[in-house]
Amino acid sequence: MSAEVLRRVVLLGPGLGWFALFLVIPCGIVFVYSFFERGTYGGIDYIFTVENYARAADPLYLAIFLTSAKLAAITTLAALLIGYPAAYLIATAPKRWQMPLLILVMLPFWSNYLIRSYAWIVVLNREGLVNHGLQALGLIDEPLPLLYNQFAIVVGLLYGYLPFMVLALYSSISRLNPEIAEASADLGASSLRTFLRITLPLTLPGIGAGSVFVFVLSIGNFITPDLLGGGRSLMVGNLIFDQFLSARDWPFGSSLAFILIAVMLLLLVAQAWAVKRAQGAGIHA
Amino acid sequence: MRRITGERRLLAAHLGLVYLFLYGPIAVLVALSFNKSGLPTAWTGFSVEWYGKLLGNEAIHAAVANTLIVAVASTLISTAIGTLLALGLERLRSSALLDALVYVPMIIPDIVLAIALLSFFTALKLTLGLHSIIVSHAVFNIAFVCVVVRTRLKHFDTSIIEASIDLGANEIRTFFRITLPVIFPGVLSGALLAFTLSVDEFIIAYFTAGAGPASTTFPMQIYSMIRFGVTPEINAVATIVLGVSFFLVLLSQRLNREAA
Repeated sequence: MSAEVLRRVVLLGPGLGWFALFLVIPCGIVFVYSFFERGTYGGIDYIFTVENYARAADPLYLAIFLTSAKLAAITTLAALLIGYPAAYLIATAPKRWQMPLLILVMLPFWSNYLIRSYAWIVVLNREGLVNHGLQALGLIDEPLPLLYNQFAIVVGLLYGYLPFMVLALYSSISRLNPEIAEASADLGASSLRTFLRITLPLTLPGIGAGSVFVFVLSIGNFITPDLLGGGRSLMVGNLIFDQFLSARDWPFGSSLAFILIAVMLLLLVAQAWAVKRAQGAGIHA
Repeated sequence: MRRITGERRLLAAHLGLVYLFLYGPIAVLVALSFNKSGLPTAWTGFSVEWYGKLLGNEAIHAAVANTLIVAVASTLISTAIGTLLALGLERLRSSALLDALVYVPMIIPDIVLAIALLSFFTALKLTLGLHSIIVSHAVFNIAFVCVVVRTRLKHFDTSIIEASIDLGANEIRTFFRITLPVIFPGVLSGALLAFTLSVDEFIIAYFTAGAGPASTTFPMQIYSMIRFGVTPEINAVATIVLGVSFFLVLLSQRLNREAA
């Protein structure tokens, strides 16, 4: 064995081997299962079928996919609208303030997701802080149903992934050359016009990256709809969970998992393609 | 300043609300953990009673011990393998396909990786337990360590490696005396990240743990506390977890800054 081959084997072998064994093959098994029939007692009958994919198009399950996409889209939009001004302020703050402000946004992101979801159960329930506060202010008479519905899911997802959006936008905005905006202002453009014509277009890659990641993380989420959504299969993550652990229909659960992955891959490829195009345009401009 | 100050003041108020949104719920949990009645409805006086209750909760102790075993083992495995992988991908000018493969464990939904690993272990008729959680956590941890170490390697001046070889050191000696010390801050922050991710991970552990309390991890314990009967003890658990993870993140930030 030559030194070069040996080097490759030592460096790449363990990592790629681990991925092949515990990622590629397991996903392959799930893919194969998705084309088999469910056994009578929850096992798998090795008979080829596309029934599992046909079943996913059933209005009942299609609705769950659409709800997942809708909630993920609302979360993404809210994260963008809330995150952009925050990221903008941080990126344009004095240099020594930027890191502390950003770390303060990211800090909750690094703590336990279950506990962060639980915090919202405490805040949003009928006896929770929000309802109590609104009642004390005399704004409402009866507690609002804030928990165990789609609203709570969006709040939970937003809470989980807003820091991620801010980070993506920050890295895009902080790379802007402030002199371009100054030039625009000097030439008489209002700050709104400068923002819409200069800052916003130049930070589109950050917007795209942040949005795609928040959407992808939200649509496949399990914990938030499970804890805050009221326990029914509201999103596709819960549906897959149920097929594996309670309904014991692994082939159907497998087909759902692959449809989810296909949707995500499509989005990620589209995003990568858009970034490439934007970069290409930037060079030619 | 010019008219910009008004806009910036508005933005600052917005950022203040964002911090309120991020820290408000956390602050409520921390406050409740010291509430005598333990109930979220009314403040009945300061007490550390719920922390005392935790000291006697053996199910939680066992779960914490299990989580530490899983996190330490999967961190060791993934730090070693992830660092080698990063060196390999960075030095050997690999393909875009391999680069993409490294990102798959980072973006694949947890639930999908969880069912895939469960299907795999079941097909092999493997007994599930802490070992299967360790193996499963290493899948995404290798990817994260690899990405963190590669960022560090991008700023690495390879001419010092050539100098070391020219001066007669062999490759292994060069790795331990030159490469590893230079990239060590990256390796360490990769390891810290892997440890944090493993300590927090729930769904993949839930699917690959098998039945029984012998392999119940801390997040699994928290999940069942939230899902099946909330007791005020959970607030104390939450406060401790938040404190520890904030401490670790700030520590890793400090390490990174000192290294830079």
